[in-house]
Amino acid sequence: MSQQTSVLYDVPGPRQRRITLISSIVAGVVLLVGAYFLIYQPLDEKGQLSMELWGPLLDPSNENFSQVWDRIGLGFKNTLIAAALAVVSSLVLGTLLAVLRIQLKSLNRLRFTGLATPVAYLLRGVSTLLSAVTRVCVEVFRGLPVVITIFFVARGFPEFGLYLDNLWYLVIGLTIYNSVVIGEILRSGMEGLPGGQREAAAAIGLSPAQTTRMILLPQSFRIMLPALISQLVVVLKDTSLGFIISYEETLNIGKQIIGVLGNPIPVYVVIAVLFIVVNYSLSKLAQYVQRRLARGRKTAGTPAQNPPPAALVSQAESNGQGF
Amino acid sequence: MNVLIDKFDVFAGGFWLTLQICILAAIGALVLGAIVAVLRISPVPPLRALGTSYVNVFRNMPLTVVMFFAAFGLPALGSNADFLRIPVIDSLFTRLGTDLPYFRFALIALVLYTAAFVCEALRSGVNAVPAGQAEAARSLGLTFGQNLRHVVLPQSWQASVVPLGSVIIAMIKNSALAGFFGVVGDLSATADQLTGAEGYAFVPVAIGISLGYLIMTVPLGALLDRIEKRQAVAR
Repeated sequence: MSQQTSVLYDVPGPRQRRITLISSIVAGVVLLVGAYFLIYQPLDEKGQLSMELWGPLLDPSNENFSQVWDRIGLGFKNTLIAAALAVVSSLVLGTLLAVLRIQLKSLNRLRFTGLATPVAYLLRGVSTLLSAVTRVCVEVFRGLPVVITIFFVARGFPEFGLYLDNLWYLVIGLTIYNSVVIGEILRSGMEGLPGGQREAAAAIGLSPAQTTRMILLPQSFRIMLPALISQLVVVLKDTSLGFIISYEETLNIGKQIIGVLGNPIPVYVVIAVLFIVVNYSLSKLAQYVQRRLARGRKTAGTPAQNPPPAALVSQAESNGQGF
Repeated sequence: MNVLIDKFDVFAGGFWLTLQICILAAIGALVLGAIVAVLRISPVPPLRALGTSYVNVFRNMPLTVVMFFAAFGLPALGSNADFLRIPVIDSLFTRLGTDLPYFRFALIALVLYTAAFVCEALRSGVNAVPAGQAEAARSLGLTFGQNLRHVVLPQSWQASVVPLGSVIIAMIKNSALAGFFGVVGDLSATADQLTGAEGYAFVPVAIGISLGYLIMTVPLGALLDRIEKRQAVAR
């Protein structure tokens, strides 16, 4: 923030500081008054601030307090379970996908000169076809909203005689989308590496598979770690989509509580705060990791790596509800 | 595959409605996001705090929660979001005129949620302008407004086009959620309706719905890729 302001403004002098102070006070007062009239008063008028509505959530002596929080705890546990499963499986699948796409790309360059001509052409055709198929899959699943993917999984699997727990529909839906996104993050990380890395690996006699496994992938993980952590936030937020297939995660539990107690605003405020706290700490972690990585690279004296494409990183960050 | 042909008007209607939501929400989010971005870079600390907390709140909250707030919180306050019935737009966009408030609720939620990301995209653009540029402009004696208009904003705009584009793509995908919140007849609600209540075969419906979304997202993504590559070459 301070860095931000220093780009646009000079260091303020005494007069400027006085103006800033005065306008701060004025703005603060205006904001408080605005908050009172636009938020507090309407809420109060509709009786939304009564202890009757907030009591079950805030007042430990309320009869429903322990039950409500037990349910919310259960929901949050379910949210975390779904998120953890989705993260682990999409990391594994995403890595595989990234490696596959890189391998296919290097396979595409091969001419298979040692083999008979028809065989060589066949192999080249197969490798071209494979990379086209993976490309199309990536584009399709990246372009579809996650809700739709989850919905398709939940509706489509029973259609083909595959009945699973709701948890698994959610996890599979999230995994399909996020493994594609993570795969693209890692792939662009690998392609952003200086060409010398790959050449050096080839020079000391590593095979393409070894190069990917030992040279490219570890570095790509390192560079893309902030983007990967941001993707964690996205997955955690996306688990709330479980409500469309009535998986019992936090939001669904919240709906049940509202159904019994009839207090939508307090319950949603509490759930929002829960999510905000967890996700905010995750984003702070991502920022911290990014800063550490930037520092580490400088002191190690290695050449600056190409920064990851802005679109991918910002997509990972802004993907918001993922999708 | 018959459902694709028989129900083509349903698919087309769903596509059109989703497109309407997206256009309106994009306009709203760009305006609100720009305002929040101005707050975030303003020199007055309370305004800056307001912008920062807005971004932190909405970026870390699932859109689903925002939607629930809009769909169940606003009615609890006795509001049907009637202030969105702006006379001219009302007649252009068919759904704003109807009495179902869910379209407006979904719109509010999408705008509020996306604005936080728009703000971040714009701000990252301003941050990408080298500090020396603004310093040089100041030392030439340009005022703050001139500095922004002639030096900082033109450059920051270039840097924020691609992030803004991905925010918009994400928003198009997010709009699918509206169908599960009582917005009748958009693409995702159509999927639910056709496979659930009307009992059509699953695969063709899925293909139709997917095509609807991919038509909107994939070309935009390809365009962004091109812009990004061109910018990378230009630098």
